[in-house]
Amino acid sequence: MNSGTDESFARELLDPLPPNRLLFSYLMNGLSFILSLLAFLPLGSILWEIISRGSSSLKLEMFYLPLIDNGFANAILGTLLMVSIATLLSVPVGVITGIFLAEFAKNSQINKLVRFLTSILTGVPSIVVGMFAYGVVVLTTKEFSALAGGFALSVIMLPVITLTTEEALKLVPVHQRLASAALGGTKLQTTFRIVVKSAIPGITTGVSLAIARAAGETAPLIFTALFSQNWSDGLISPTASLPVLIFNLYNSPDPKINQLVWTTSIILLSLVLFFSLLSRFLGRKSKLR
Amino acid sequence: MNESLPPNEDHSRAYVSGDKNFDLQVSGGLNFRLDQGFTFLVYFFAAVTVTILIVMTLVIFKEAQPAVLQFGLGFLWDQDWDTGNQLFGALPYIYGTLVSSAIAILLTVPVGISVALVTSEDFLPLPVRNTIAFVVELIAAIPSVIIGLWGIFVFIPVIQPLQKGISSLLQFIPLFNTQDPAGNNMLTAGIILSIMILPTMAAISRDVLMVVPRELRTASMALGGTRWETIFRVLLPAGFSGMVSAAMLALGRALGETMAVTMVIGNSTQISLSLLDPAYTIPAVIANEFAEAEPGLHIGALSYLGLVLFVLTLAVNIAAVLLVQWVGKKNS
Repeated sequence: MNSGTDESFARELLDPLPPNRLLFSYLMNGLSFILSLLAFLPLGSILWEIISRGSSSLKLEMFYLPLIDNGFANAILGTLLMVSIATLLSVPVGVITGIFLAEFAKNSQINKLVRFLTSILTGVPSIVVGMFAYGVVVLTTKEFSALAGGFALSVIMLPVITLTTEEALKLVPVHQRLASAALGGTKLQTTFRIVVKSAIPGITTGVSLAIARAAGETAPLIFTALFSQNWSDGLISPTASLPVLIFNLYNSPDPKINQLVWTTSIILLSLVLFFSLLSRFLGRKSKLR
Repeated sequence: MNESLPPNEDHSRAYVSGDKNFDLQVSGGLNFRLDQGFTFLVYFFAAVTVTILIVMTLVIFKEAQPAVLQFGLGFLWDQDWDTGNQLFGALPYIYGTLVSSAIAILLTVPVGISVALVTSEDFLPLPVRNTIAFVVELIAAIPSVIIGLWGIFVFIPVIQPLQKGISSLLQFIPLFNTQDPAGNNMLTAGIILSIMILPTMAAISRDVLMVVPRELRTASMALGGTRWETIFRVLLPAGFSGMVSAAMLALGRALGETMAVTMVIGNSTQISLSLLDPAYTIPAVIANEFAEAEPGLHIGALSYLGLVLFVLTLAVNIAAVLLVQWVGKKNS
C-alpha cells in the first residue's frame, strides 16, 4: 500500500473536470435549453396573437348570426353537427373493434394484423380521407353535404378510438373477467357489465381525444361538406364549419372579414383545446384509479 | 378416494354429466343467442375497420383511373400542369412535398431531441419537466388552419427580412438564389411544418429515453462520464432506433400536412432549386383545386396525386410501425 498513490487518487477524484470536458458540458447544457425554449416560442406567439387580434371584435351576436350577417353561428353549428355525426358513426365501430382486440383476439396473429392496419389508418393524410369520403358519399348523393363531412371525420376518429379503447380494456385485471365468468356471466355480460364498465374513463379519454382531432380538421371538409354563407338546408346540403371558414376567408381584402377570421380562430381553438384538455384530465384520472 | 376413480378420465366431466342439474354449458335460450349475436357483431365491426383501408385505396384508385389510363407512370416525372389543355404532371408537387418535409425533419430532430432530453433528464424538478412536456404536446392540438393563419400574418412578416438578408448575402449558393424573396416560400413552409411535427418527435423520443435501462446510465456515471458524455455515448445510441422511428412518424405527418403548408408555401408550379422560391405540395394542390375541378381528367389527376401521397405516407408509416415493433421485440 502506497499512501502517495492513495493521495493522488483522492486528489484526482476531487479535481474539477478538465477544461475541455467542462466546456462541453456547459455548451451542451446551454444548447439544449436554447433549443427547448425555441420550441415554446410558436405556441406562446400563436395563443397571444389569436387572443389579442381576435378578442377585440368578439360580440355576442356572432353566436347567433350566420356568416352573411357577420356572425359565425352557422359554422359553429356545422362543426358541432359534423363532429356529432362522426362521433355517432365512429364510437360504436371503434369501441367494438377495441373490444375485439382486447377480448376476442388477444395475443393472436389477427390482433397484430388489426392493430397494424389501425395504426396505419392513423397515419393516412387527412386530405386523402377527404378524397375517400368524396368518392363514397358525395359521388353517391350527388351533393356536398354535412353527412359526407361527418363521414370523413369519422374515418379520422375511428383508429384513435379503437387503439385507446384497447389500451383501456387491457388495464382491467384478468381476475375480474374470471370472477364474472365463474358466476355464469356470458361473454356479452362480462364484456359490458364488468370490463367496459370499469374502462369507461379510459374510453372517454380516447373519444374526446378523437373529437379534439376531428373538430380542428380542415382538409377533409373542403370538398366534402364544402361551405355555405348561411344556415345549411339539412344533412344533405353544403354546410359551413369553423376551420373551412378560416381557410376560405383568410385572404379576404375586407378588414372586417379578416377580423372575423381571427375571432373565429378563438372559438375554434377553445373548442379543440377544451376536448384536448378534457381527454388529458380524464386520462390522468383513469390512470390514478 | 382418488384411487377408486378410473385412471385417465376427465373427472369433472364425468361428474357434470352424471348430474343433469350441474350442466354448466349454456347452449340455448336468450343469453346464448345474445352472446352469439354479440360475437358476430364484434367480428363484423373489426372487419369493417380493417377493410376501410382497402376500400379507401380502391375508391381513390377508381377516382384516379382516367388520369392513370391517360398518363401512366409518366405522370410522376411530367412537369406540366395546365387545366385548360388537360395536361397534368406531378413532379412539381412531389418535389415540393419531399423538400418541404425534408427541411421540417432536419429542423425538428435536434429541437425535438433537446426537448426530450430536457424533460427526461433531471436538469429541472419533475413538475417543471412535466409542464414543459405538456406544453409542447399542446402544439399538436392546435388546428393546422390556425397555424397557417399565424404563419401568414405573424411569422412571415418576422421571417421575411431575415430571408431577404440571407438571399442578399448568400445569393451565390443555389439554395438561396432568389432576388427579393416574398416570404411565401419553401423554407417558410418547412419551418412551419417543423413546428407542427415537433410534438410527435419530442413525445416519442422522451418515451424512448425514459425506458433506457437505469443500469446503463449508472454504469456510465460510475466510470466517470459526465452527464453529456453519458447522453452522447450511452443514452442516444441506446435509443437510436426508437428515435429514428419517431422521426419517421413525424415525417409521415409532415408529408400529409395540408392546410398550414397550403397557406404559406406560395403555390407555384415552377420547380426551383432555391429554398426561397415559392413551391407547391401534393396536399396543397388537392386542397386548392379539388372542390372546383372538372369531373374526368382533372379530378382524375388530383386523385392520382392523392394516390401517390397515400403510397408515400403508407411506405413511411409502415416502415415506422415495423421499426417500433422490431425495437419492442428486441427490448423485451
